[in-house]
Amino acid sequence: MTRTTNSVLPGTRTDGWRLGLQPIQLATLALAAMVALPLLVVFSGWLQPENTVWQHLVETVLTDLVLNTMVLLTGVASGVLVLGVGLAWLTTMCEFPGRRLFDWALMLPLAIPAYVLAFVAIGLFDYSGPVQTLMRNSFGNSLWFPPIRSTGGVISVMVLVLYPYVYMLARSAFITQGHGTLEAARVLGLGPWSAFFRVALPMARPAIVAGISLALMETLADFGTVAVFNYDTFTTAIYKAWFGLFNLQAASQLASLLLLFVALALFGERHLRGRARYHEGTRSGPPRRHQLSGAAAALSTFAAGGVFTLAFLLPVIQLVSWAWEVIAVDLDSRYIGLLWHTLILGAIAALLTVTGALVLAFARRLRGDRLTGSAVGVATLGYALPGSVLAVGIMLTFTGIDNFINGVARLLGQGSPGQVLGGTVVALLIAYLVRFLAVAFGPIESALSRIRHSLPEAAHSLGAGGGEVLRRIYLPLLRPGLLTAALLVLVDVMKEMPATLLLRPFGWDTLAVRIYEMTSEGEWERAALPGITLVLVGLLPVIILVRRSARRTERNDNDSEPS
Amino acid sequence: MEHLLEITDLCCGYDNHTVVDGLSLHMQPGMLCCLLGSSGCGKTTVLRAIAGFEPIRGGSIVLNDTLVSAPGHTVAPEKRGLGMVFQDYALFPHLSISDNITFGLRGSTKKQKRDASDSLLELVGLAGYGNRFPHELSGGQQQRVALARALAPEPKLLLLDEPFSNLDVELRERLAADVRDILKARETAAIFVTHDQHEAFVMGERIAVMNEGRILQWDTPFNLYHEPANRYVADFIGQGRFISGFLVTPDTVDTPLGMIRGNRAYTWPSGSWVEILLRPDDVLLSERSGYRCTISDRAFRGAETLYTLRLPEGGELLSLMPSHHDFPVGMEIGVVIEADHLILFRADRAPTSS
Repeated sequence: MTRTTNSVLPGTRTDGWRLGLQPIQLATLALAAMVALPLLVVFSGWLQPENTVWQHLVETVLTDLVLNTMVLLTGVASGVLVLGVGLAWLTTMCEFPGRRLFDWALMLPLAIPAYVLAFVAIGLFDYSGPVQTLMRNSFGNSLWFPPIRSTGGVISVMVLVLYPYVYMLARSAFITQGHGTLEAARVLGLGPWSAFFRVALPMARPAIVAGISLALMETLADFGTVAVFNYDTFTTAIYKAWFGLFNLQAASQLASLLLLFVALALFGERHLRGRARYHEGTRSGPPRRHQLSGAAAALSTFAAGGVFTLAFLLPVIQLVSWAWEVIAVDLDSRYIGLLWHTLILGAIAALLTVTGALVLAFARRLRGDRLTGSAVGVATLGYALPGSVLAVGIMLTFTGIDNFINGVARLLGQGSPGQVLGGTVVALLIAYLVRFLAVAFGPIESALSRIRHSLPEAAHSLGAGGGEVLRRIYLPLLRPGLLTAALLVLVDVMKEMPATLLLRPFGWDTLAVRIYEMTSEGEWERAALPGITLVLVGLLPVIILVRRSARRTERNDNDSEPS
Repeated sequence: MEHLLEITDLCCGYDNHTVVDGLSLHMQPGMLCCLLGSSGCGKTTVLRAIAGFEPIRGGSIVLNDTLVSAPGHTVAPEKRGLGMVFQDYALFPHLSISDNITFGLRGSTKKQKRDASDSLLELVGLAGYGNRFPHELSGGQQQRVALARALAPEPKLLLLDEPFSNLDVELRERLAADVRDILKARETAAIFVTHDQHEAFVMGERIAVMNEGRILQWDTPFNLYHEPANRYVADFIGQGRFISGFLVTPDTVDTPLGMIRGNRAYTWPSGSWVEILLRPDDVLLSERSGYRCTISDRAFRGAETLYTLRLPEGGELLSLMPSHHDFPVGMEIGVVIEADHLILFRADRAPTSS
């Protein structure tokens, strides 16, 4: 494989002959602008600050918002660290009853949107919920039960939903570390615990930090969970400023503060990961698992089983039973219409996003210049932008454009056309495109990088022009990557709440919006049907992930067999 | 004479780096040519420039009397009607073997395609493999498919980029001979790039030895070995070592190993310092000779043994002897030079060691 690149000199990648190099660069720049523009607009809010409202916010809520956010971030970070790393270590390094099941089952909670787990948890554990009622009936009123509607409650829900990020990354890090380094550490005189803390953990640090950073990004972007818990953060404040005070300017100032937190988290990740790019895969074979027995084994099964039950099994059972109660009433034409709208919106967004990501991936492959490189970098930054921030930025941009159009129309003596872009589905689609471009870019880019440059060259040498090479070589070879990308975007769009809530035009309610409406009125049962639908849909990409990681583990196992 | 390919003063490079520097080459139809050189000498770049994958900075490439490359003018690869075999074979993994082979056949019916694929598979010795997929084939088989695919549109000129470098050594020469026979039978001209002189000798009727983006000699394999045009070619092709001496008469040289007389006259003035190329088969070991050397290394090769000898004045010689003469390392032994065909290069001054 490395030999083939010898023939391609740097800066002379030429398999893009007829794909049109200038247009592809322009398209890349346009995509980068789409990501950058809302950001700039959000920050430009400070140029003409809305002083009265801002003053009011500063005096009343700002301190709480900052404190709440800090507490939430700290809680989630330590929670996912302990759960994710602990469970990954347990399933890769130890053998206990049920390990083979938990190994993949512990990834399943990724399928549950945080706001779904949030309302299920409240429904289950609240004073009037089944758990506390059961306990009161069995043990009387004297028993204290931790209140679920609390800071601890929000953090627990977030941790249970987000720990799989750390679990998956730490797990694959532990697997690729192999047993060689650990055995070396043991031979050098470290006990099992110090070998873990002094060798395995530091080696897995880049992966763990990446996992935590993903979890924190999700936490900062989350709106639905904190809204259910009435836990005020920037996302809920943005929503209230927009829909409560109808003050987009104040919303944008809040949004820019939220962005500072995001930037801080990104910076923290870079800093913590730092120079630590340990090369993976010493290829000494998968770790040899340590056989647990007696109390240790029982405790391990109990811990893994407990997390799985709380994060996945129990919520799904509760959702199904609630959905069963209301299915006769709720599964009506209105629900079908809702589902249909959600799917259509997701499908259009997936098509747009995959196309955009394809353009980016090709631009990066065919053009080695710095401008294209950084444009691709900017365009794939959107995953870090919380949906509420994007919504504010895009709405402000569109309002600006609409005002301009109206001004021109008035000057020309025409009547005002009113809202042209703002309040249309275009705004929502752009928000999805910006937010999920990076999601689609990943699988497409990796599929594209597996196509050696000699393949399109061979096709050209056999007389095929640019379009024919795209049709007969690139697209068939990219198809699995394109499908994965489309599926990921479709599912993410279906689950997306804050941007949809803020930007959806009339008649474009999605399942997530429906869940928000029902939960804000405390009608958990009626949120269950859209909730379980989203969980089922969300399982699809998780299954892909699980199968991929299973294949990787298998490959590692095979490598270690004596030949 | 009509030329299939004319390359004139070709220059290629990127940024501030010159890869090919004023290279010219003419080629007749049906000829098998080889670009031979160590890695980084620019041979692959020349091939890619001919194919149209590499824009050129200077000079021109004319193919069948059509200008295809000039600075600022590059006819697209798909418009050149060339065939190309890639180093990694570049078979399309999503297509069956016969779909790979017929990829470049445009406007043929299904039956024509099937017939073409069958006869080409037959030609490369893979009859019956049409429905398989590339990953089901061995490296040598994939190489044959790549050749069949490149030949399918019946190009006048085939370009092969290090075609055998990913194969086992034993397979290499056999496949090279097969490819040569196929190309000769079809009267398809070919240029192929390699760093392996054995491969070049098997396949090439004409070989261009390249170094630093230039052609040092463009000649037949026989002449490259026996009449190298300069020291680089002499060093690069075949084995051998140089010793110093001075010309006594046009065909005789005085060396530390005595007078050596060849069958060819050099016109330099007598007394000129020269360097003499001695191939391993020119140097015989003999107990009776008065010129003594020390055996510093030996490599047993079955029928022969290759000895490395250290001269008392400094300098080295190689000697190839039938292996039933067995001499140990460290032994002092006499040498006899038996070269009827002397290859001399003029040295500017006396060797520094003497």
